[in-house]
Amino acid sequence: MAYNGDELLDNITSKEYEFGFTTNIESDKAPAGLNEDIIRMISAKKEEPEWLLTWRLEAFSIWKKMTEPEWAHVSYVKPDFQAISYYSAPKKKQTLNSIDELDPELRKTMDKLGISLEEQKRLHGVAVDFVMDSVSVATSFKEKLGELGIIFCSMSDAIKEHPELVRKYLGTIVPRTDNFYAALNSAVFTDGSFCYIPKGVKCPMELSTYFRINEGGTGQFERTLVVADEGSFVSYLEGCTAPQRDENQLHAAVVELIAHQNAEIKYSTVQNWYPGDKEGKGGVFNFVTKRGMCEGDHSKISWTQVETGSAITWKYPSCILKGDHSIGEFYSVAVTNNYQQADTGTKMVHIGRNTKSTIISKGISAGKSQNSYRGLVQINKGAENSRNFSQCDSLLMSDRCGAHTFPYIEVKNKSSKVEHEATTSKIGEDQIFYCLQRGLDEEQAISMIVNGYAKEVLNKLPMEFAVEAQKLLAISLEGSVG
Amino acid sequence: MQMLSIKNLQAKIEDKEILKGLSLEVKPGEVHAIMGPNGSGKSTLASVLAGREEYEVTGGSVSFDGKDLLDMPAEVRAREGLFLAFQYPVEIPGVSNMNFLKAAVGEIRKHHGKDQLTAKDFLKLVKEKSALVELDGQLANRAVNEGFSGGEKKRNEIFQMAMLEPKMAILDETDSGLDIDALRIVANGVNALRSPERSFLVITHYQRLLDYIVPDFVHVLYKGRIVKSGTKELALELEEKGYDWIKEEVETANA
Repeated sequence: MAYNGDELLDNITSKEYEFGFTTNIESDKAPAGLNEDIIRMISAKKEEPEWLLTWRLEAFSIWKKMTEPEWAHVSYVKPDFQAISYYSAPKKKQTLNSIDELDPELRKTMDKLGISLEEQKRLHGVAVDFVMDSVSVATSFKEKLGELGIIFCSMSDAIKEHPELVRKYLGTIVPRTDNFYAALNSAVFTDGSFCYIPKGVKCPMELSTYFRINEGGTGQFERTLVVADEGSFVSYLEGCTAPQRDENQLHAAVVELIAHQNAEIKYSTVQNWYPGDKEGKGGVFNFVTKRGMCEGDHSKISWTQVETGSAITWKYPSCILKGDHSIGEFYSVAVTNNYQQADTGTKMVHIGRNTKSTIISKGISAGKSQNSYRGLVQINKGAENSRNFSQCDSLLMSDRCGAHTFPYIEVKNKSSKVEHEATTSKIGEDQIFYCLQRGLDEEQAISMIVNGYAKEVLNKLPMEFAVEAQKLLAISLEGSVG
Repeated sequence: MQMLSIKNLQAKIEDKEILKGLSLEVKPGEVHAIMGPNGSGKSTLASVLAGREEYEVTGGSVSFDGKDLLDMPAEVRAREGLFLAFQYPVEIPGVSNMNFLKAAVGEIRKHHGKDQLTAKDFLKLVKEKSALVELDGQLANRAVNEGFSGGEKKRNEIFQMAMLEPKMAILDETDSGLDIDALRIVANGVNALRSPERSFLVITHYQRLLDYIVPDFVHVLYKGRIVKSGTKELALELEEKGYDWIKEEVETANA
């Protein structure tokens, strides 16, 4: 089998997007457009308290005064914000005591996505909060977690059942003024996940959420808040899929994490949003703001992400290392193929003393895609004895793709230690041939080599995710050496 | 039945003809040494037999254990039992030697309709074979050739050969870059793998390797053809006299 450029590129682009299907469920969809009325409608539909409506409206007026940022190394046709519908919910909303009560159509969808709740219930002990379009559908294990005082529910439910907690933390890590898309999200977010781990509690199972965009033209504006109180621990998994669409779909989520003293939050993401077709048409715009605050001393926040989808990925999961001895970590594998574009990275801001951050970023570009790493390591004046280690590697799989690195390092403290390493490499034909000569075919060779390259990051994922991630990597890159 | 039957093989790379009618017969169990001056086509022969696509075969035929070798893609040739010990083994970062070999062994067994080895049996095999080339356990767990010294890389090639149990092994200048001790270890490994069912093509510049891996036949490759064949004495003669006398012989014959 040949492994020269053109034949391979044909091979890979003919692999159909597996998750390109839709669910036929009656949907409650708002008319397109964004104005105060729409926001009031969203808030009313969700039966929100007055303070939140006010909060949203303030965000909206902030957003109206902002201009869309253009500094990222990506180019795209700007979304028409008035042409998007900001609310879509499956009509049959019900409370479930068990999975069996779920709408059979939805159930089928979840099965197709490979989420067998029964399986998970029995074998893995993973509590799953499934978000279909803008409304959370099922939350299992609520009771078990409840016994430990752990709150894990949809944002909508949290606003109703734990308003004081939500109000205390919402917008404190990512303020509405932070950026254009955060302001938009604050105005129109419809759901997401809320998680609170009480003092001293180590969450006994991985908490997981699956996202899905269904209706064409709906934006997804998820808002997630995870709070780990003193001495607690939680591992949170976020995995996304979306169906095939012609028009672009905007995804502007906001995720805020807060870790108090001696607490640890591990946040893992496997993202497989529809990347557009091989001509670069369609695909999800993933413009996300994710930030974690290491509020207390000895707190720790780790971000691990495997990004293989989206037409455009624009996100910088970051850590503010406020507490002394706090730790921030960022592990990322970002894959771009065909005409995908990615401008992603992280910001590690060292404020407290003896703080430590680690950044391992592995970019893989194939086809005609553009993949950029953008990172900031900022050591403030008072961050005595802080340390950072950054490694950004790029792997080029074709001769038409691009890999770019924009590292920013700002150091205002003399006792700090900052290390930065970077490599750029190409999968050599020699490496492929070596594998062929040992009896492996080209697909296996590429899969093996790419997984070897990304291993450092994949090892950080919880087991179930790691397996899915490995498969995703292999699928995204079949036949792409050229 | 011949293990390898090459008839009038012609091959080129990027419009440059390298093999210009090479013929060779290798029976099972035989060790053939291929020597020749730089640029004669020794590595090209190895690459063409292994199936490197950059080389275009423009004429001739190759039969491997009764099957048309040139018709098979590289990975199938490997699964059929052809092994190439590379002159410059590449590094594959992040991929452990173990996982790499496990996958390779698995594919070859699958090809022959055999059951997969259990993890336990596989480890046993690794232990047994790595001892042949004095490759300690640590190297088996490292990434393929990453950070290996020259000698370790060559020993790793022989270790892999031992694990994959090929019918025909081509050693492409396996002795290059090796000190005396490493040479001895590699040669011992190869000798331990000699059997009546296995054939070797040993490509080398220097006679020294052939003191350790004693060949049944020695061939001289010059300008893309085998121009002289003999026994191990021929190698000694070359060591003593160099290649000039052969070149002269060939020029005279062609004049």
